[in-house]
Amino acid sequence: MRAYLPDYHLRAPKTLADALDVLAREPGVWRAFAGGTDLMVLLEFGALKHKNFLSIRHLPELRGIEVTPDHVVLGALTSYTEIQRDADVRREFPLLCAAARETGGIAIQNRGTLGGNVVNASPAADSPPALLVYDAELELVSASGTRHVPYDTFHTGYKQMDMRPDELLRSIRLPRTTGDLRTYYRKVGTRKAQAISKICFAAGARLATDGRIKDARIGLGSVAPTVVRCARTEDVLRDQTPDEATIKAACASLVQEIVPIDDMRSTAEYRARVAANLLADFLSTLKIDGGKSDSA
Amino acid sequence: MQTEIVGKPVPRKEGRSKVTGAARYVDDLSMPGMLYGTTVRSPVARGRIRAVTFGEGIPWDEFVVVTAKDIPGENAVALILLDQPYLAAEFVNHAEEPVLLLAHEDKHLLERARRAVTVDIEPLPAVFTLEESLAGKEIVWGEDNVFKSYLVDKGNVDEVWTQPDLLIVEGEYSTGAQEQLYIETNGVIAVANAAEGVTVWGSMQCPYYVHKALLKLFALPPERVRVVQCETGGGFGGKEEYPSMIGGHAALLSWKAGGRPVKIIYDRAEDMVATTKRHPSLTRHRTAVTREGKLVAMDIEFVVDGGAYATLSAVVLSRGTIHAAGPYTCPNVRVRSRAVATNVPPHGAFRGFGAPQSIFALERQLDKVAGAVGLSPAEFRRRNFIREGETTATGQVIREPVDMAGLLDRAFELTDYEAKRERFARENAENNSTQKRGIGFASFMHGAGFTGSGEDYLKSIVGAEADAEGRVRVLAASTEIGQGTNTIFAQLASNALGLDYDLVEMAQPDTGNVPDSGPTVASRTCMIVGKLVESAAVGLRQTLQGAGLLTDEYTQDEWREACRRYVERYGALKSFSQYKPPPGVHWDDEKYQGDAYGAYAWAVYVAEVTVDTLTYETRVDDFVAVQEVGKVVHPVLAAGQIEGGVAQAIGFTLYENVVWQDGRMINNQMTNYVMPTSADLPPIRVHFEEQPYQYGPAGGAKGIGELPMDGGAPAILNAIEQATGVRFTHVPLMPEALMRGLNEKA
Amino acid sequence: MSDGAIKVDVRCTVNGATHTLRVRPMARLLDVLREDLHLTGTKEGCGEGECGACSVLIDGELVNSCLVPVLQVEGAEIKTIEGVAAGAELHAVQQAFIECGGAQCGICTPGMVLAAVSLLAHTPQPTDADIRHGLAGNLCRCTGYMKIFDAVVRACERAGVKA
Repeated sequence: MRAYLPDYHLRAPKTLADALDVLAREPGVWRAFAGGTDLMVLLEFGALKHKNFLSIRHLPELRGIEVTPDHVVLGALTSYTEIQRDADVRREFPLLCAAARETGGIAIQNRGTLGGNVVNASPAADSPPALLVYDAELELVSASGTRHVPYDTFHTGYKQMDMRPDELLRSIRLPRTTGDLRTYYRKVGTRKAQAISKICFAAGARLATDGRIKDARIGLGSVAPTVVRCARTEDVLRDQTPDEATIKAACASLVQEIVPIDDMRSTAEYRARVAANLLADFLSTLKIDGGKSDSA
Repeated sequence: MQTEIVGKPVPRKEGRSKVTGAARYVDDLSMPGMLYGTTVRSPVARGRIRAVTFGEGIPWDEFVVVTAKDIPGENAVALILLDQPYLAAEFVNHAEEPVLLLAHEDKHLLERARRAVTVDIEPLPAVFTLEESLAGKEIVWGEDNVFKSYLVDKGNVDEVWTQPDLLIVEGEYSTGAQEQLYIETNGVIAVANAAEGVTVWGSMQCPYYVHKALLKLFALPPERVRVVQCETGGGFGGKEEYPSMIGGHAALLSWKAGGRPVKIIYDRAEDMVATTKRHPSLTRHRTAVTREGKLVAMDIEFVVDGGAYATLSAVVLSRGTIHAAGPYTCPNVRVRSRAVATNVPPHGAFRGFGAPQSIFALERQLDKVAGAVGLSPAEFRRRNFIREGETTATGQVIREPVDMAGLLDRAFELTDYEAKRERFARENAENNSTQKRGIGFASFMHGAGFTGSGEDYLKSIVGAEADAEGRVRVLAASTEIGQGTNTIFAQLASNALGLDYDLVEMAQPDTGNVPDSGPTVASRTCMIVGKLVESAAVGLRQTLQGAGLLTDEYTQDEWREACRRYVERYGALKSFSQYKPPPGVHWDDEKYQGDAYGAYAWAVYVAEVTVDTLTYETRVDDFVAVQEVGKVVHPVLAAGQIEGGVAQAIGFTLYENVVWQDGRMINNQMTNYVMPTSADLPPIRVHFEEQPYQYGPAGGAKGIGELPMDGGAPAILNAIEQATGVRFTHVPLMPEALMRGLNEKA
Repeated sequence: MSDGAIKVDVRCTVNGATHTLRVRPMARLLDVLREDLHLTGTKEGCGEGECGACSVLIDGELVNSCLVPVLQVEGAEIKTIEGVAAGAELHAVQQAFIECGGAQCGICTPGMVLAAVSLLAHTPQPTDADIRHGLAGNLCRCTGYMKIFDAVVRACERAGVKA
């Protein structure tokens, strides 16, 4: 343990209201602590700069998966294991299930939370690309009220978010409009399990009856300072037939749209190339009589 | 009475304590008044220490502080040379080199204090790669950066190149560093003071190496130093030499603290960044072959990067050199090898010990040569396999029956190699799949025991003792590090005496109580030390028989009774046995000619792969390991050795990449240095052939510990070559490099 | 503000015994088990949730105890490797690990046994893929995993496998 333990404070407020009250009274002093699967790693390495935390793991208001006519609402504390076990999520949001299944090992999946994955704001996180494809919306709560933020505008820069210090992420809402969405998920991390992604690729598309793409959605991790929705490439695809020329144009657009870097895990060149390859692979599966793509 | 214990999967001796969590590793031990120790290390790769400053806000008077000035004896880790200091005094030669030690009873405060020490160093130019070292970019060790060089010279290579009608094929191959990644990090507890001497408990492979090092460090006579091995959570070579360093550090702190116990346990980041790794290597081949595919000459240059100090590089180089020409007959062989210095933490022992590096190069080169001749890789090798009565590169006459072609046949049969080779070639060419398939193999051998005269020099001793109830204890410094020493030694002793397995135990390796049976390295524990276990055990019986207490045929009850009467009459019943080389073994250390090893294990490994051309990732789909090992003492443990070694070889080939920056490993976390998980490995199918070695224990066992590390990398890259058509020459072959290779081809 | 330095009481059950622990709230469960309760069967391999050597069960679910601040086990039921056997009688998974060679150096074994126990509790008849996936968070450097797979298969062939 490289941290000096007496420097760190962890409190467990009794209720959500208590937690929000503390956050409002001392803004910026306290931060939420959920499953700990990211923060405890930083603590171990002596790299956890913030010192004061509120444990929110036990708060029932942040738990559970609720299905409404229009949405599936996942409490911020929903674990990766709970995501995989939920029949509705499995059926309607297979990309999210695939991401949950490939996040860490079983022990991480039992402890790590979807909300934590979002607000930890790692560009290499596994579930955010899927959330982007599903047009997720975040529900942020504070002592002064509740607001909803579209997920694709939430991350504003490396580890920067549209979230105030007095706010907590309460839930992630997914519109139940995925019926005819063909999806594709691929996490690339050298090994099959327990990997930090070098590229995380999630995509979905709908086809018109004439075979043209009417709705393309591409979410990528580890190719920019934040996870990104590739809107320009989606525009390139709109109303196009997924033929070779379209695939080529889309791949060319994608490598322009992302800004991967060299780091100890991989290279910019590799990330760009593989992202394009995966996009091409996804698009090549889009045929009128095909079902959902397989990789998720 | 159990009649035949050898070859049976008896339960692992310490199995129960391991599955219940009762087994005690060093970090599980605590002592009254114990302090925790830590190491302040160099932030730069090479330089002169200007000052050490102790920062504000730390109660420094509560800390034990040790610098080079506090060392009672010699400031050098005694191994082969004495060039590596325990604590840098004036100069540092690699990043993370130990400069100063601290101890305190509060380990959290200790860590805070470690961070508050600043070592101010005036940087000096450094070299970080073996290429830079060879080029003499900067002389950082000795006169020429060369720790050691060897020349193996058989026939006359230089006369071959001008001969007519030969094909000459050249190739260059390289391998990266690899972290041993035992799951238990290095750790020790030491108690040391002038009155009582020095005692170290720890995780280690070689208690007597640590013992020898402590004698020098403290200038004490042997009886004042005691080293005890605790349950050890993996070694793979990584705990061959390093425990001498960390053990010395803890002992220095305890000495300064007046004998209070001091525990040092590295965390994973420190263990990865500061301790040894497999030597990176560079091999150049020039091969002459007839148009019929007979090897005429092999000219091999083999270089390993030893890091900043000599440590074990000379012997790693030796093994790599001797294995460089493989299990083939060739009239002219020259191997020129060098271990060179760089300013990175010293590279050290890791399973295979130089052989995986040089065998990788050879087995890649031979696929290339086969292609040049127009033969399949298999047919080419068949024409050149060594046979009984023929000589190796060092001129060693193979006196045991060897059937490499038979191993190849068996491996091919088990994998349906020929049919798959043909089918994959067809399918890769025909379809547009993003998944490309390949199958490849490597054939190789691995010598058991120390090289050349090494065993004769070691003169290992094993003891056995029996108590009044007839229970036998084996006394040896050979350690159980997971590979099964406790179990096979008990098998060998009980087998030799015709006693129940349960009646035999291993004594804890404690230099105060067991003789020096040599280090637990070099695939020597079963073959060399096991043979001594047998003869020490037989010595017990002979003593009882000599005393007239036991007849030639006896029951277990008669054995117990004889022991009871002997102990009653004479006191302790003990027997010792010392190594003697088998007859007719000769080794010339000057010319590097002769019988390099007492025996070799022989093997053919086949790998089947799929390369994903979307992500450039390679999956090993199937792996078959066929080897001839003399005699299998314990089928489950033996297979476990092969499977574990193959898994490490797959890691070495496709997953494990040490990322360096200015001579420092920067991906020193398990998250970023990626070893295979259970989801990544193929089925590893293990098959043994037995051709008893006449001087091996249990009717002919040879060593197997390192063998499985050798064949994986070339077999996999040979398979990838079939899948991609690209001739890759470096491992680890990470997806990024595979992508570049495919791009260049396209 | 220095209430981090102040220890708090955390009540939990460990291997069936109730404890009130006086601890720093951010202390790792791993350290509390090993140092305060002297349950040293739980091992530390990496300190970052990567190797699984520190695996324990909290309320029946597998977790990395190096990633759990002890405050968060208030009211929880914890099972460590020391609580897997029923007295002298080994759990089927433990017995199978011995027989099949699933333990070599033994340092990953406690975590691996708990991962296997947890796997069989949720998936009593696992496929090869289930086993590989279920144990992927537990790294073993000795075995290449093959003998561990054998052990899991043998354990689930025997009746009465329960977490």
